Amino acid sequence: MASEPNAEVTPVAAGGPWHLAWRRLRRNRVALGFLGLFALIVVFVLAAPLWANEVAHTGPNATHTLEKIEVNGERREVVTREGKPIGPVWLGASGKFFLGADGRLGRDEMVRLMYGGRISLFIGFASALITTVLATILGLLSGYNRGWTDTVISRTMDVIWAFPVMLLAIALGLVLAVGGLQIGPLHISGSSIWIPILIIGCVSVPYIARPLRGQVLSLREKEFVEAAAAQGAGPLRVMFGELLPNLWSTIIVFFTLTIANNMLLEAALSFLGVGVQPPGTSWGTMIAGGFELLTSAPLLTIIPGTMILLTVLSVNVFGDGLRDALDPNSKLRLEAHAGLAAPEGTAV
Amino acid sequence: MGRFIVRRLAGMVAVLFAVSVLTFLIFNVIPNSDPAQRMAGKAASPALVASITKEWGFDDPLPQQYLTMMRKVFTGDLISYFGQQNVNERIVEGIPATFSLCIGSAVIWMFFGILFGYLSAVRAGGLLDRALTVVAVAGISMPVFWLAAILLNYLTYKTEIFPSGEYVELTKDPLEWANHLILPWITLAILYAGFYSRVLRSNMLDAMNEDYVRTARAKGLSERRVMSRHVLRNSLIPIVTLFGLDFGALLGGAILIEAIFSLNGIGQYAYESLINVDLPPIMAIVLFGAFFIVLFNALVDIAYAYLDPRVKLRNPAP
Repeated sequence: MASEPNAEVTPVAAGGPWHLAWRRLRRNRVALGFLGLFALIVVFVLAAPLWANEVAHTGPNATHTLEKIEVNGERREVVTREGKPIGPVWLGASGKFFLGADGRLGRDEMVRLMYGGRISLFIGFASALITTVLATILGLLSGYNRGWTDTVISRTMDVIWAFPVMLLAIALGLVLAVGGLQIGPLHISGSSIWIPILIIGCVSVPYIARPLRGQVLSLREKEFVEAAAAQGAGPLRVMFGELLPNLWSTIIVFFTLTIANNMLLEAALSFLGVGVQPPGTSWGTMIAGGFELLTSAPLLTIIPGTMILLTVLSVNVFGDGLRDALDPNSKLRLEAHAGLAAPEGTAV
Repeated sequence: MGRFIVRRLAGMVAVLFAVSVLTFLIFNVIPNSDPAQRMAGKAASPALVASITKEWGFDDPLPQQYLTMMRKVFTGDLISYFGQQNVNERIVEGIPATFSLCIGSAVIWMFFGILFGYLSAVRAGGLLDRALTVVAVAGISMPVFWLAAILLNYLTYKTEIFPSGEYVELTKDPLEWANHLILPWITLAILYAGFYSRVLRSNMLDAMNEDYVRTARAKGLSERRVMSRHVLRNSLIPIVTLFGLDFGALLGGAILIEAIFSLNGIGQYAYESLINVDLPPIMAIVLFGAFFIVLFNALVDIAYAYLDPRVKLRNPAP
């Protein structure tokens, strides 16, 4: 989305649709504000090694069970004899245990929060990429070719659609965490984060592929497709050269909203123990860990959940703004809602 | 119409069949530990494992194992690997809790979703709209189980305002039934109400630009009447669709909510069975849940054709 420097000086009709969309987005302060919040969160998780090495001097999995630290001149146990972890000490111990310890093992909650966020964001992003790429290819193939290609793809989608998503994801997570996954020569071990990424990426496909297919079905009847075919363009050329450019705005919006949904699904799976496997840490596994100490140390549940809430919220609001900017006539709105209806509600 | 329904039913059966095969394959083809070994325990003698294998038919060819399992699902003879409980009886036991959860929270979320969506759209751009938008988007951006845990901690453990989950039968004590379900209802409703109010708001904003609304205004109808009779009514059609799909999906059990509030419904049974990698109950629950999803998908299509005469019933997507 390159914007010309003098765009605002030249009145009316400057630039193509992308340019116009960018101008609309720039005027949406709320969406940009939340994009800023998202950027802050990204910086926060990227700074994890910096904080761990320079300030907290510990790693996300280093235990400090029997240690004592000096908080404002007073020596305190990281974990008491009763197994209660130290609460937030803020800067009392010069940055160590900023948010306290995470439980019996006495790991630094702040360091874990930063490293866990990396995993949560990465899973959300990578799985959304898988979902969107697969859904785009399948949507194009089934919408453009119709016939048996469409029948096979659509029926397969129907089966996944009919499967209770949470059950499917948990079942896959459970089975794959035990044995890992073998795809040709590539072996993914059961504790790899690629297992949840693949599971979450794949189960969300139908919710995007269906609306995309619908759009392709109506686009393929347009004159420009006929013109391209008359010029001798093959099906691949028509699909990826002619139809795909018309789908970009839908795809981008879906991609953003899928990141949000997939992050929630990851949190749910990790909470149930079938997502990210230890020693890996995500915000979801941190909530699971905190849940065991819910009454004695509720902050351990509240903090990682708040991070998820802020991240998903910023992505959702920005995605909404993006949709309004890319599609001011709001045709997309309904489709985006219809497509994402089920996953929004599945992580229950 | 009749032909459509028949084709739809055939499609439903085909999808359910595919779902059951897929479930069976997930637990049998992907490398997994031997169920006989797990049932016998870690320190079991090979003879015991062999006898369990023989008794439960784990050495039969897979297609035969599948057929045996499916026959038992429909005759009600399905027994779980662990605890050796009758699966169908346990599911029937869980139905009241799960259905109470779904129906109760559906009433709440439809009420607030429509109310907030309507207010938001009528006052679009105003302060109320913005406030409601923040609440709604925050509602759909929360991990539901996290919200459940926090409400449970502060409203049950710390202050004892509400009892901790657990299902009390409606017939035994209706007041306690509702009292025990309030927190789960609210938790679930917050998510959906936020979502529905957003959808309704954008539908209504779109509808306001339609010609029939201009006509209604030109006829001199009051703004209130235009909004409720013309704009809201037409905007509710997609909400009905969404509701059907979401509600159908929920009837198969809300795993996280039920597990956190220990409601002991179908969702919790699903969770327990999954943790034990107990295939028979998983198979039955998956089919149970998929049945409602497919059924409500079909109902939604029929309702849609009824509500919107422009829709023609020809695409038999199950």
